[in-house]
Amino acid sequence: MDLKELYQEIILDHGKNPRNKKKCKDFNKDAEGHNPLCGDKVHIFLKLNKEKKVENISFEGEGCAISIASASIMTETIKGKEFNVAKKILEDFLNMLKEGSKLKTNSLSEDQNTTMMSLSGVKKFPMRVKCATLAWHTFLYAAEGKKETANTEKTD
Amino acid sequence: MDIESIKSQFPIFKNKINGKSLIYLDNANSSQKPGRVIDRIYKFYSKEFSNIGRSVHTLAVTATNRFEETRDLVKKYINAKAREEIIFTKNATEGMNLVASTYGEKFINKGDEILITELEHHANYVPWHFLRQKKGAVIKFAKCNDRGEVEIDEIKKLITNKTKIIGITHLSNVTGAILPVKKIVDLAKAKKIPVLVDGCQGAPHLKLDMQELGCDFYAMSCHKMYGPTGVGILYAKKKWTEQLPPYQGGGGMIEEVKKDKITFPGSPTKYEAGTLQTAEVVGFSESIRFIQDVGIENIMQHEKEITEYGVQELKRNNSIKIIGDPRNRGSIISFIIKGIHPHDIATVLDEDGVAIRAGHHCCQILHEKMGVAATARASLGVYNSKEDIDFLSNAIKKCNKIFNK
Repeated sequence: MDLKELYQEIILDHGKNPRNKKKCKDFNKDAEGHNPLCGDKVHIFLKLNKEKKVENISFEGEGCAISIASASIMTETIKGKEFNVAKKILEDFLNMLKEGSKLKTNSLSEDQNTTMMSLSGVKKFPMRVKCATLAWHTFLYAAEGKKETANTEKTD
Repeated sequence: MDIESIKSQFPIFKNKINGKSLIYLDNANSSQKPGRVIDRIYKFYSKEFSNIGRSVHTLAVTATNRFEETRDLVKKYINAKAREEIIFTKNATEGMNLVASTYGEKFINKGDEILITELEHHANYVPWHFLRQKKGAVIKFAKCNDRGEVEIDEIKKLITNKTKIIGITHLSNVTGAILPVKKIVDLAKAKKIPVLVDGCQGAPHLKLDMQELGCDFYAMSCHKMYGPTGVGILYAKKKWTEQLPPYQGGGGMIEEVKKDKITFPGSPTKYEAGTLQTAEVVGFSESIRFIQDVGIENIMQHEKEITEYGVQELKRNNSIKIIGDPRNRGSIISFIIKGIHPHDIATVLDEDGVAIRAGHHCCQILHEKMGVAATARASLGVYNSKEDIDFLSNAIKKCNKIFNK
């Protein structure tokens, strides 16, 4: 266990200066997520256009450095992607945290890849995995138009 | 008090956590166990085990005696009047559910009021919520002040002629406030309202005297009292155990069973259905003896000193805000650090072997009132020292270095 693996510079930066942390005005879908074990909350605002492309995405919420950084990184990574591509990235991301596998998707830039990989250290801290997955699950809830709150006790 | 000698009685401290010595500050969650408790359970299973209260063979008699001796020990320790008043449960949560369920069934009807406080752990709220749903009862919350205390006047002004029971914590597991239980009981007695005390945090750290406190019910979790998990004690005044119905049904809690009729024995038998956590109960006898050997007054004095030192030390760090400033504080210090989430604090501290808890501590009502989603909490026990506090404050400085650069 090494703290530096968990709290990498990229994560600390996204945790402190989260990107897209606001309620974007043009959203047409949204969903809330909750991690009941630690109280982390996130609200995802999403604009999915007719071609099912993520035109805009943002979030509001409160939580630990990991959950805020993960939400921030998620919005940056997903913005501009087709929904089907975004969903593949999400699956890839969850596999990375659960199985420790490398990212397989080829739809990310090198920078995006590095940024997403910075969250891989979370795997070694099992109590914190749900902090990292919350925003991603909530994105899926928003995109698929689910009415209920995404709950990490049920999604993971 | 010789802390080193006390600490040496707890085998867990011989281990390294992440290569560091363990600084255990999560006692409000659960305490560590002295070797004599662990040994007692081993000895019971090795030499004395059988199921209790059922068979006539030698081991059954031995096991039953050891189990019932523990009941006598508890009765004496908390100064209850009768052994019928000591009911073994799995934890304080079960004790409070037992009261809400049996007392609620018999005495609470639509529109009746249950008075609890904003400081309550979910274990002293959710069971009453079930009753609210089932019977249409009303739950009222006595307010806590900015210091994180509940003052007697807040209770007083909510009592009406519909108040059927008052449920209060002895010691808040978040703000550390020790409530004026005796005064609240006196007030309630004058109006003939029974009082249930959640003694989870009170029992391990305060002198217990049921005659002096005067409450009707007092629920404890033995695993917070240097005892095994799976054991709780519900003290219930004889007046109530004689009137209230059984709780769970099953073996061991019946008198006579016919196809058309079942009769039940008195307490505690009617409340102890099925095979109980026998070895753990017997193990708990050694926890009481441990506390008695150290002396609860000595423990109280020691914890008070270390807690005061802890509050002072944490106050030196400007980034820390301590949640609650009770005038009468138990050994609990909850805090937040500007710009750092409590879970990140707990993870960073863990790397240095410092175990604290982060979260809402099963008190969402209180956290919402204080406007924070979560807090970090250091809670002390008999084996903690000023050095442990120094470790804590150094580890917190490391948090500041990582997150508040």
